[in-house]
Amino acid sequence: MAEATLRVFRGDSNGGQTVDYRVPVAPGMVVLDALHYIQGHLAPDLAVRWNCKAGKCGSCSAEVNGRPRLTCKTRVDDLPQDQPITVLPMRSFPRIKDLVTDVSWNYRVNRKIPPFEPRKGVEWKISQLDVDRVQEFRKCIECFLCQDVCHVLREHDKKEQFAGPRFFVRIAGLEMHPLDGLNRAGLLKDQLGLGYCNITKCCTEVCPEEIRITDNAIIPLKERVIDEFYDPLTMLFRKLHGQQRSH
Amino acid sequence: MTANYETREHDVLIIGAGGAGLRAAIEALAQGASVGVVCKSLLGKAHTVMAEGGIAAAMANVDAADNWKTHFRDTMRGGKFLNDWRMAQLHAQESPDRVHELEQWGALFDRTENGDILQRAFGGHTFKRLCHVGDRTGLEMIRTLQDRGVQQGIDVYMECTVTRLLTDDGRVAGAFAYWRETGRFIVFKAKSIVIATGGIGKAWRVTSNSWEYTGDGMALAYEAGAELIDMEFVQFHPTGMVWPPGVQGILVTEAVRGEGGMLRNRAGERFMEKYDPKRMELSTRDVVARSIYTEVKEGRGTEHGGAYLDISHKPAEYVKRKLPSMYHQFKELADVDITKGPMEVGPTCHYMMGGIRVDAETAQSTVPGLFAAGEAAAGLHGANRLGGNSLSDLLVFGRRAGLAAAEYARRASPAPNDSAQIAEAEKELVAPFSNAGTESPYAVHRDLQEVMQNLVGIYRTKDDLERALVELEKLNARAAKASVEGSRLFNPGWHLSNDLKAMLIVSEAVTRSALARTESRGAHSRIDYPNVDAIWEKKHNIIVRQAGGMNRSESRVQEMPEELKQILAAD
Repeated sequence: MAEATLRVFRGDSNGGQTVDYRVPVAPGMVVLDALHYIQGHLAPDLAVRWNCKAGKCGSCSAEVNGRPRLTCKTRVDDLPQDQPITVLPMRSFPRIKDLVTDVSWNYRVNRKIPPFEPRKGVEWKISQLDVDRVQEFRKCIECFLCQDVCHVLREHDKKEQFAGPRFFVRIAGLEMHPLDGLNRAGLLKDQLGLGYCNITKCCTEVCPEEIRITDNAIIPLKERVIDEFYDPLTMLFRKLHGQQRSH
Repeated sequence: MTANYETREHDVLIIGAGGAGLRAAIEALAQGASVGVVCKSLLGKAHTVMAEGGIAAAMANVDAADNWKTHFRDTMRGGKFLNDWRMAQLHAQESPDRVHELEQWGALFDRTENGDILQRAFGGHTFKRLCHVGDRTGLEMIRTLQDRGVQQGIDVYMECTVTRLLTDDGRVAGAFAYWRETGRFIVFKAKSIVIATGGIGKAWRVTSNSWEYTGDGMALAYEAGAELIDMEFVQFHPTGMVWPPGVQGILVTEAVRGEGGMLRNRAGERFMEKYDPKRMELSTRDVVARSIYTEVKEGRGTEHGGAYLDISHKPAEYVKRKLPSMYHQFKELADVDITKGPMEVGPTCHYMMGGIRVDAETAQSTVPGLFAAGEAAAGLHGANRLGGNSLSDLLVFGRRAGLAAAEYARRASPAPNDSAQIAEAEKELVAPFSNAGTESPYAVHRDLQEVMQNLVGIYRTKDDLERALVELEKLNARAAKASVEGSRLFNPGWHLSNDLKAMLIVSEAVTRSALARTESRGAHSRIDYPNVDAIWEKKHNIIVRQAGGMNRSESRVQEMPEELKQILAAD
């Protein structure tokens, strides 16, 4: 049987190094299968976070040959066979052990976002067209690969000022919900740092759900913020009539 | 005393953060209780996320003739009349409200032309009844509940595993747990506890279930003295992936058949004509799973030992819109384009109908203060669950469990946690670090999966089941000696050594119950007793812990009131 070498990071918050493991390759095998083989036969304490192994839960994120990916959807036979496959933890988050990182910051950011609030007296009729547009954002499986690759977080570590692509996707889903009555533009501008994004589209490239994060979520949100805060006509209208804002 | 653990206190402690746990938490919180939710994974990763096809609720948006009575009748017939009739009634009556509620919390379902929630056909349902979001309904549901719960103020203990319930004079008093990340211990004090830990599929080799599905909640309840019921009824979903090997068992949603997918054998025959000519591919899951199994067994299977499931006669755009994750799953993992050709599918261990015995109205188990909801609880689905009834189950009985647990907590006085129980739990948990020898928890798990797969699968016999009991005893002995290396810092081998105990308990309960039920009914098929037996239609198997070990007994099926009998008799 063919074999592959996996070069896996072993270590914790104090540091570590990569270790090579030889793994037999079965047809259609994914990187997560190979990691499970290592756990079951070579290194029982290898820390890997995973759940469904079907691309639906977004738990098994790592950097495979330098690219942020879900290990359950990365086929071994799609990678070069003549060199070791490197598997490293996501770099934007603090390491806990081996491939497991501390992603709790994401959950703290999420708490800042006011949830769906229907407009008063709304009739619960929605057209499929409106649903389709929003469902793109609601496909997000929270794998945090977009957060991992985003240079505002990865290179500049602006975690206090910047929410990251994942949460712009969530807010886009709320703001474009046909029955939602809140306005989160102020929050985006002042607390979630939407302005830091300079639309390099790295997030879109790594999204396993193929959400067009930059084009369909971030840019429309940026337009909303501009309309809301920098458009003279809107500012005048608001002065005259008043408008509900979440922040 | 300097404790080895931190302590947290809540009125209501919920174990499990899938649909049932989160719905229970939201309800208990609404009642004014302080609520803690403990989950083995990160929040939002629970198995509910994998539910695909939809939520069954008789809303009559597509088929105007639908109503709760028909849903009740379909559920009872699907469950071969072993269901708790009161649960089936409540479920059918309350599901539409629970779905509307989700929508009001922000869930976005697919729509009809009129702008209402769209409903699709599914096996065993008379009418188009499943509210859905393409083929990722579970994700929509869990995200909605998660955001709602967090915003309302639940405390979530992520990546934390409960290993023992603490009791005081027969009632629950708390729970002992460890943080997966650090390996440190945590003790919860709680007036009531809701178990919402899901199923047991990881005891089988071919399964659609995630690693979390190790039967923890059922084992915790069992150890605390609660009764388990209907444990022989394990659902094998007819359509899991069969190729390549690494993806074997991954679910192929019933929505493929709901949207018109056809099953064929190697010779190209639509074989369901032989097994259920009336309902064909949309027969109940037990029937379709056995039909595929039989086709393969008799030599008419596909190249990799399955059946063909084909939806490629539908327009490619339609398939991609209604079944997007199936499209991607096959394209990426199996190199198959389902808009152009058939999928290969075969049965996969999917769902546990049996579980913790609960009261229909309150979801309370036979242990005071201990509640259970969702897959961990039993009763609603009887001998076979209809697709779509699990998500509605989570909402209806999750809410009821949360409500009743909060009420119980309001009346209950705080119970002390017993330091002897805590010390014992601690000792048991760390034992694998001091076990000498080379027994690997991974090896024990692999062997357990083979035993359950080969001896306690779709078709069962007395000989196989008796052999399984012997094997399980050996596995128990091996598991007790399993040793782990490394530290307590995020150590999966150690985590598995603990999960193994739960898997072994539920596996034994399934096997003992299956051996006792000398008939074939729903998901339980005995080759040596191929027919239904009128005597067993009136009996449940009950499993309870006793001094000498696991005890099995029987209890009578509850008599149904006359007006419900009339609903069942109608056509």
